[in-house]
Amino acid sequence: MAVLVIADHDNASLKDNTHKTVTAALKLSGDVDVLVAGKDAKGVADAAAKIAGVRKVLLADSDSLGQGLAEAFETLVLPMMAGYDAVLTPATSQGKNIAPRIAAKLDSAPISEIVEVVDASTFVRPIYAGNALETIQSSDAKKVITVRATAFKAAAEGGSASVEAMAAGPGASKTRFIEQKLVKSDRPELAGAKIVVSGGRAMGSAEEFQRVIEPLADKLGAAVGASRAAVDAGYAPNDYQVGQTGKVVAPELYVAIGISGAIQHLAGMKDSKVIVAINKDGDAPIFQVADYGLVADYKSAVPELMAALTAAGK
Amino acid sequence: MKVLVPIKRVIDYNVKARVKPDQTGIDLANVKMSMNPFCEIAIEEAVRQKEKGAATEVVAVSVGPTQAQETLRTALAMGADRAILILTDQDLEPLAVAKVLKAVIAEESPDVVIMGKQAIDGDNNATGQILAALLDWPQATFASAVELSAGKAKVTREVDGGLQTIETDLPAIVTADLRLNEPRYASLPNIMKAKKKPLDVKELGSLGVDTAPRLKVLKVTEPPKRGGGVKVETAADLVAKLKNEAGVL
Repeated sequence: MAVLVIADHDNASLKDNTHKTVTAALKLSGDVDVLVAGKDAKGVADAAAKIAGVRKVLLADSDSLGQGLAEAFETLVLPMMAGYDAVLTPATSQGKNIAPRIAAKLDSAPISEIVEVVDASTFVRPIYAGNALETIQSSDAKKVITVRATAFKAAAEGGSASVEAMAAGPGASKTRFIEQKLVKSDRPELAGAKIVVSGGRAMGSAEEFQRVIEPLADKLGAAVGASRAAVDAGYAPNDYQVGQTGKVVAPELYVAIGISGAIQHLAGMKDSKVIVAINKDGDAPIFQVADYGLVADYKSAVPELMAALTAAGK
Repeated sequence: MKVLVPIKRVIDYNVKARVKPDQTGIDLANVKMSMNPFCEIAIEEAVRQKEKGAATEVVAVSVGPTQAQETLRTALAMGADRAILILTDQDLEPLAVAKVLKAVIAEESPDVVIMGKQAIDGDNNATGQILAALLDWPQATFASAVELSAGKAKVTREVDGGLQTIETDLPAIVTADLRLNEPRYASLPNIMKAKKKPLDVKELGSLGVDTAPRLKVLKVTEPPKRGGGVKVETAADLVAKLKNEAGVL
């Protein structure tokens, strides 16, 4: 059996999610190809060719692929599936956008956000906001899978696969791209960061969120996250949301500041290696998952933490 | 413009799901059930489109057990005009639900379908995308703003790294993300009025759709629990522990 991995990238650089998805794919088959679909993404394809274990890289180039339009991915990938038994993509917003659409065209039940490959047709995935794990066996001939990247180690570098250009397919006839507004940041990306500092509703305003959370994140070299409550209130952009329906993170260190710890937030961060919670309510549910809890008002605790980090040479 | 809104009855958002001791699933006996939060957002959006004159009729549809009628009544109380229940006691997979919805759409011919991006039980985030593919319609998933005009939908989507705006031809599938709107509470007079609005119930079997499961659930287990942590007294203690004990600084 052969497996296709759809790469996660922004046309300029390959994302680490791809390496992690390759690891999952290699558990299904030794024959793993990577599809880089985008616009002017040759550099991304060259990077994918260096992932150990990859057989070959296919590069498709068009405007609508570069814009991530779902129909363009569907019409590109569908004919390719004659040569593959499974297609995997990271469970990013783009992966979630395209995978079920491809599955439907194959009359296959998509398998969302796997965290473990038991065998080539059996997978483990979280349900009910991560409060349960289901082990499911697929009877479909062609499997379409999204992968929760944080659950897999990144495949190593060191491969030297060939890169083959391919036709981009007919594109998206019923959808037009208008614009994209991306949040620009010099900080690490939330999904793959080693340290994440998140703020909650207790911040009270966007200004306060920036004043408190961002300097601490920068001191730790961390990515910035937020609870749904903070995002809904407009204190932080939507892209910062950690939780059941936002981003799922599993950093070495997760620092939750002024976050109570609703089930939906815990679903997005409880697999972090070390969790720190700072909250003035000692009964907040976040303390049930925290390795280290500091019951204190963030207004005094965060400046003290900054000072202690400085004293420790950070 | 006619808007179809598929909705699902699920475990209430505030209830923690518990795994059955025999590992066959989640214990839903005597558990509070509600409309899936993303479906509430979808209903709200459809009703707002009608209130501002972009839509003329809002039809809510659910595929589920007889109790899903309560969920549909909630949708009617929020402002949907009529409702359809496709009655089944099977727990259908997203692919099967999408096939059922395709059959409903063949009868109803909506101009746009607005639905939640994800149900909080299965967490699949798939039915809307599947439905779009089955119908060969365009899709605008994870919407945080929707503008409907003659034959077109302009949708702002929550994507990795920010926001994307696309325009699709109609008919199309739009899936709602959290920040599309804040759903209203149904008022008592509207709850009373909703009791008189039409609610058709059809047996799943009458649609002639193949809903056989493709995924066999072998077991459902609890995730590994985190060990209890410790409370620290000061920020300096915290930094010392992170550095010396946890080794993450």
